[in-house]
Amino acid sequence: MSEPVHQHIREFIVENFLFGDDDYELDNGVSLIETDLVDSTGILELVSFLEERFEIAVADADIVPANLDSIDRIAAFVARKRGEGQRLAG
Amino acid sequence: MPVIARVEQFLRRSAGARADKAAIVDADTRLSYAELDAAADRLAAGLAARGVKSGDRVVVLMDNIWEAPLSIFAVLRAGAVFCPVNPAASADMLAQIFGDCAPRVVLTQAKYARAATVAAAGLAAPPLIVAARAVAALPPGVAGFETLLKEEAPAKCAPDGAASDLAMIIYTSGSTGRPKGVMIAHTAMIAVSGSIAAYLDNGPDDVVLAVLPLSFTYGLYQLIVAARVGATLVLEKSFAFPHDVLARARAEGVTGLPLVPTMAAMILGLSELKPGALPALRYITNAAAALPPAHVAGLRRLFPGVRIYSMYGLTECARASFLPPGELERRPDSVGRAIPGTETAIVDEAGRPVPAGTVGELVVRGPHLMRGYWGDEEATARALRPAPAPGARQLHTGDLFRADADGFLYFVGRKDDIIKIRGEKVAPKRVETVLHACAGVREALVFGVPDPVLGHVLHAVVVRADPDLDDRAILRHCARNLPDLMVPRKIEFRQALPKTASGKVVRRLVLETGTDR
Repeated sequence: MSEPVHQHIREFIVENFLFGDDDYELDNGVSLIETDLVDSTGILELVSFLEERFEIAVADADIVPANLDSIDRIAAFVARKRGEGQRLAG
Repeated sequence: MPVIARVEQFLRRSAGARADKAAIVDADTRLSYAELDAAADRLAAGLAARGVKSGDRVVVLMDNIWEAPLSIFAVLRAGAVFCPVNPAASADMLAQIFGDCAPRVVLTQAKYARAATVAAAGLAAPPLIVAARAVAALPPGVAGFETLLKEEAPAKCAPDGAASDLAMIIYTSGSTGRPKGVMIAHTAMIAVSGSIAAYLDNGPDDVVLAVLPLSFTYGLYQLIVAARVGATLVLEKSFAFPHDVLARARAEGVTGLPLVPTMAAMILGLSELKPGALPALRYITNAAAALPPAHVAGLRRLFPGVRIYSMYGLTECARASFLPPGELERRPDSVGRAIPGTETAIVDEAGRPVPAGTVGELVVRGPHLMRGYWGDEEATARALRPAPAPGARQLHTGDLFRADADGFLYFVGRKDDIIKIRGEKVAPKRVETVLHACAGVREALVFGVPDPVLGHVLHAVVVRADPDLDDRAILRHCARNLPDLMVPRKIEFRQALPKTASGKVVRRLVLETGTDR
């Protein structure tokens, strides 16, 4: 997994859900929902960010914990989606 | 069938009538009525063995997990009073609630054990903290929920409490921001659950989706009504992933879908959802705030033939009114009329009924009213005042309403400054108190701005003492000290706030001057 993707996602979460609070220990594997870091409408903001920043299309069925509930999972999901996009384009 | 005198008897009765019927579904855990009933006996015995006596308060600080309904019924079976508290409560709110109700035991989850321990630290008689679902060693002094659940239940665990006992103290935000404990007796809970079950026509074949927190009245009564009629309750911890939740709802054959407008907006935001996605769905309810007409139309399209109930309630009486679904077309903005077995009226400042079309305060009468606010006789006397019938009291809701010629009710606004966000009452004063505590803030004022998903969001106007203070620092401070939904979306800096001659900030003037600096 490319580190820049992790970094962009982390920055978005810290900026939007922690208001720039760098002191918070945000592990790449931690559940964003279980820790109450991101609430239900926060997930929608996160999805909009991913669509714009990484130019991917997120379907309803993609908005599941397996894809979005940690920085690691989000990064893996973005990588898969970009892969799909490239295959379609190619 | 024996007369039900106490709420926990609903569980016993349903277990007797349909032992193997699923009572609670929580992800992969399914509890039948017989299992829930037996577990409640064991947990009640566990609580009694740890000193819980009749009338003691027991806080239930849990997400929507199967241990929450179990805890509620076990507390009642032990003769005690349950105090549901939302885990999203901030540390100071938790400490205030613990200080107010002085619980004997706090039933919670391992992930909230530390917060509960901190909140209980200053109490004269610290409660026993009991935590479920520990994945590692619990902090010292914290007992395991699963250990209590292993207690041998006495052969007979029949409650010797009375119907007039308190069943619950549930906290609601006052306009000062200090939480008030609403005292609900068994009689009131039995009355209102019966009324709701009657107008929703609930029965044992119902499968109700409980995404709304059991720690708030609207969510809690999904449980009480389900236990009453022997229906199945499907627990969901969050609506963050609506596609997943709806897939599980479909698999479980959900017949009842209780919503708040925020959830309706999220469902309608699913672009791929096809009409008929929940084929067994029989009814949708909405409360906490009005459903915009576009949402009603969207829900009708997605769930054709499903009855949609607009309702109005408040913690102090659980539910006050509902609109029969057949009236929705004709009166889309109405929240209907008093629920069965109760009365409502709209009155002027002197307490006299106002004519149709005139705005006044809604008052509610009936067996479902709270007993009062825990330890606050003054607030109780303001909310519960003499009713026209001798000896009776009526609840002054603080909500302004008007009625049409047929007596249907329309919500107009609040008498105080309370703002509803995601259906929850938020006192601007509480947020302002936190803002004032932020270093570099001289004055602050918050107000609600309409939002299509949340109903309202908060905007704050701040006068700085420190010119270098920026909005991110203020928002960080808010995020550390307030639940998410109370964190302002926007901070605007001004040179001064408009004041009256006596120096009181004029909220209305701040709003009218808009966003100009």
